[in-house]
Amino acid sequence: MATDEQLKIDEGSRLGGAHTVGLVETQYWTFADPPLALDGGRTLSPVTQAYETYGQLNAVRDNAILIFHALSGDAHVAGYHTPEDRKPGWWDIMVGPGKPFDTAKYMVICCNVIGGCKGSTGPASVNPGTGQPYGLDFPIVTIGDMVQAQKRLIDHLGIKRLLAVAGGSMGGMMALDWSTRYPAAAASVLAIATTARNSAQGIAFNEVGRQAIMSDANWDGGSYYGKAVPQAGLAVARMIGHITYLSDEQMRAKFGRRLQDRAALGYDFQAEFEVESYLKYQGNAFVGRFDANTYLYITKAIDYFDLAAGKRSLLEAFEGAKTEYLVISFTSDWLYPTYQSKEIVRALHANGIATTFLEIPSTYGHDAFLLPSEDLSNAIAGFLANVHRRVQQNGRKEASHGQ
Amino acid sequence: MANRQPAKRRLDYDLIAELVPPRSRVLDLGCGDGELLAQLEQHKGCRGYGIEIQEPYVIKCIERGVAVYHGDMMEGMSFYGDQSFDLVILSQTLQQAADPVKVIREMLRVGKTAIISFPNFGYWRVRLQLLLSGRMPVNEMLPYAWHNTPNVHLCTVTDFRALCEQEGLRRAVEIFVVPPSRRISAALANWRAGLAIFQVETK
Repeated sequence: MATDEQLKIDEGSRLGGAHTVGLVETQYWTFADPPLALDGGRTLSPVTQAYETYGQLNAVRDNAILIFHALSGDAHVAGYHTPEDRKPGWWDIMVGPGKPFDTAKYMVICCNVIGGCKGSTGPASVNPGTGQPYGLDFPIVTIGDMVQAQKRLIDHLGIKRLLAVAGGSMGGMMALDWSTRYPAAAASVLAIATTARNSAQGIAFNEVGRQAIMSDANWDGGSYYGKAVPQAGLAVARMIGHITYLSDEQMRAKFGRRLQDRAALGYDFQAEFEVESYLKYQGNAFVGRFDANTYLYITKAIDYFDLAAGKRSLLEAFEGAKTEYLVISFTSDWLYPTYQSKEIVRALHANGIATTFLEIPSTYGHDAFLLPSEDLSNAIAGFLANVHRRVQQNGRKEASHGQ
Repeated sequence: MANRQPAKRRLDYDLIAELVPPRSRVLDLGCGDGELLAQLEQHKGCRGYGIEIQEPYVIKCIERGVAVYHGDMMEGMSFYGDQSFDLVILSQTLQQAADPVKVIREMLRVGKTAIISFPNFGYWRVRLQLLLSGRMPVNEMLPYAWHNTPNVHLCTVTDFRALCEQEGLRRAVEIFVVPPSRRISAALANWRAGLAIFQVETK
């Protein structure tokens, strides 16, 4: 997720400012029966999902877009919960009236993933079997399980076919998964700064984060609820994550070798460099808003993600996909580098699926997808407008055939 | 490509569009802002795909609703299976390719037929310019100084026909144009034409 400083909004531009969805409220929906059958073989019930919606569903119900959030995100993608909120939702620059996900034209939905800690059922939720928080009794969930759960929500909302499923990073994995799992349930896919399978490097960083949490004495096998939480471990995990979201170039520009609040080296082990102080701040800020066990569960889901698992190749994974795809990468993203987006595009093209690929020049690294970018805005807005036009044309054709 | 000039490009596009049968699957290499593909989709019900290396053009394609691959044309074509397209178009870009023969072979691997247009270096004004001034020709078809031109593999109509022989390609259609937009016969085309459009197929 982007930092406070990076999220400053340019009031005058169409990227942000006046065009806000305003005050919004998180909603909750719970289902119990049938239980959610998870990839790992276990079931989950009841399942509560926190979600927000913006804009109006039209009469023919063809204008709904489901946005999936990334590792540390939540259902609050745009607007404010209270007039006093210091910051809007996590993708407010992209979602709102007149913005790329234009809530004057489309209904936008965003839902917290299961396993999360922002209102949806996760390891901190009460286990109905024991009356205590799940902790590590919470079953391992996969990207596919998160998608399955959200499909139930979309069914509940009475939407048969989404105009688009969209997401960056882990959200992009979910969008890709949706399109292969439910080929008829979305007209298009926007997969941004993402991958069809987490790489060894990606797994490696996630594992270091998990080890940091699990080696914190407060973690206590995951049953720390109501006690001191594994703050130090979670903060280190977040620091590692943050390094992978930036880039060498961006760190050099932003911090260089500058010292924080001091003129000379102290010859001790305090956080002396600006970059150290920045990471420490990010780590500590995260602890206040995120559950350590959720970090374990979600990074595990990311590591397990491989769209080609059980298939001969990624090419086979996309067989039967019916949607249009927009795949976007950023030049300086080394967490999910461009070549990984190209793997997706190659598999889609080989299946003859209409796919657009765009590589946006950026120095911001993986975080680029969360930051203002005219190229990203124009690509999303342009793509959605054309998909919607085609969906409406086909809808009219079907209607006239039916008469 | 950025370097194509709008007026010439439109002429070229109209002539190329005439060669495209309705409802074809078309791949346009160096598709620019997607104008030709959008035109083919709108007027001929074609399904168009583009490959374009310059990012601002890729965004224009997206805004037009044209499916486009942002990257190198050889890489982009390598993603497609054999004979994925009815037609592959290369408009005024052959002379900029690092390996034109490989490009043509790849075009005819992914497509049943290839349409290739290029500025004719045998054009009499080009010859005369070199002959009289002793300097590298610069004109509306070749608007670059020798030191900053993207055109690394210029050829003449005769060169191209010889290449087709060498590669065993059938020349299904030949169209010749005098700048800015006059279509001419094939007689003495290597002297008279500023621009040539060939449709070639594997024999």
